[in-house]
Amino acid sequence: MRTRILLSVAGLLACWGSVGCGGSPSSSTKSTSIAQASQNVVPISVNSGPAGIYVDGAFASATVCIPGTSNCQTIGDLLVDTGSSGLRILSSALTVSLPQQKSASGNPVAECLPFLGSYTWGPVQEADVQIAGEKASSVPLQVLSDTDFKVASGCTNFGLPSADTLQTLGANGILGVGFFVQDCGTACAQTGSSNPGLYYECPSSGCQVMAESVAQQVQNPVALFSSDNNGVIIELPAVSSAESTLSGSLVFGIGTQSNNSLGGATVYTPDGFGNFSVSYKGKSYATSFIDSGSNGYFFLDATTTGMPVCADASGFYCPASTQSFTATAQGTNGTSGAVSFSIANADSLFANQSDSVFSELGGPAPNMFDLGLPFFFGKNVFTAIEGKNTPGGTGPYWAY
Amino acid sequence: MGSYLFRVRRAAHVNSPLVVAVWAAITILMASPAFATLGGDIASVQADQIHMQGSRRTTAAAAYTLHEIQAATGTVVREYVSSDGSVFAVTWQGAWPPDMHQLLGSYFDQYFQAVKAKSGTRMARHPLVIEQPGLIVEMGGHSRFFTGRAYLPDRLPSNVKAEEVR
Repeated sequence: MRTRILLSVAGLLACWGSVGCGGSPSSSTKSTSIAQASQNVVPISVNSGPAGIYVDGAFASATVCIPGTSNCQTIGDLLVDTGSSGLRILSSALTVSLPQQKSASGNPVAECLPFLGSYTWGPVQEADVQIAGEKASSVPLQVLSDTDFKVASGCTNFGLPSADTLQTLGANGILGVGFFVQDCGTACAQTGSSNPGLYYECPSSGCQVMAESVAQQVQNPVALFSSDNNGVIIELPAVSSAESTLSGSLVFGIGTQSNNSLGGATVYTPDGFGNFSVSYKGKSYATSFIDSGSNGYFFLDATTTGMPVCADASGFYCPASTQSFTATAQGTNGTSGAVSFSIANADSLFANQSDSVFSELGGPAPNMFDLGLPFFFGKNVFTAIEGKNTPGGTGPYWAY
Repeated sequence: MGSYLFRVRRAAHVNSPLVVAVWAAITILMASPAFATLGGDIASVQADQIHMQGSRRTTAAAAYTLHEIQAATGTVVREYVSSDGSVFAVTWQGAWPPDMHQLLGSYFDQYFQAVKAKSGTRMARHPLVIEQPGLIVEMGGHSRFFTGRAYLPDRLPSNVKAEEVR
């Protein structure tokens, strides 16, 4: 591990001052080229994941080290998620012993984070995080485990099952590289009833909701990198219909290197919740969003789309024949553009067990468009982090 | 959920009719304010407001009364009460999901069993659309934004369409 880090550092140093470092230069038009692995680029792969069951899941690896040491572990198969912020790693996948974060009263801190369809629960620990050549020190992250601390009732009251094992998460963890610097923000730092109750301190008597300072919360590791820290690009090639695997890149920084310029991409700014508007057939759906961690095009309902949901694959559409849709996305900054995609029968797509990459996968989403991973195929999608300066303006925004 | 199951189990395992009656009475008395939102009466709306430490605004429509509770966390919960005084729909929107146990009341277990059953052989993260006999629950969003609704299709007032419940 020490050798690996030294090599990475050497690579980083070699990069500085080198004009051509970081792959091919971007063109002035919308770029769909995939950056080569380099100091600010980590490969991503869309495949069935470490449990062999995922569809349209993008995975990358990250290295975590005990802070200030070279005692490190590289963990692969982390779900790349622009819909959340923060690094979360299955306890069962973690072999290095990371230091536990403690509350002011000396108790261990744990977190409950609700996602779509599941929650993650477990202790907050700290690590130096390295991804490609980028490094952040003492990053609070979540270790996913239902057994280190008894799951708090406030967590189970969200009405979701836990996703803290390989079989229930389908990944070794989640690499949340979304809009926000922290997973919760100022709300979780408050005391009293305005605190949403995600952070807990856990004395032996049981876990109780606590006010967790913004700096102590689980952090988007990208925002803490010493450079290339204003956002990410997900670069994936186009897919005709179904594939077994797909290779692409997760690029760090926007306009900070020769390989991450915004080029001709259009900037779409979100509202305070991280949503923009998508209109379809004359109706505007204001709580829509782009999210690499959603595994299809999820939008509207069977009545509005004219597509039935599947008999087998719950949560997906199963039209008799492939259907095409065109909607219009609009940022709060007034920019707009067409979103065109097709939806095939998910039960038919899933019948071929060797396929896990689907460009025409979709399902219902109540009164919104949730543009998931297939939206990223064939385009470079920029996600700028809140409060960070970029050539496209201050984050947060999407651009593509 | 634990205490609710406990009460049911105890009630089923005692023999004396008197004890059963007492347990049933206690169960009803305890359950009504704490576990009766969706499908519950107007008092359960008040219980929700207290639970969420929120403010409430009421507007009357032709076929129902809409109670909008702004929780201290900022999450907005809307409860639709029909003219017979029962809650036939609830919706929510905010940075994080609401206390679904509180909001769905006696329908929580039916909902939660359906959520857990929805896995299939392939894994994906996607919005929840639960269609159960007599119960529809939908939830979508992402970290820092969750929205959804739950309603009882059999108890919608005859002139109210499901699309109205948002």
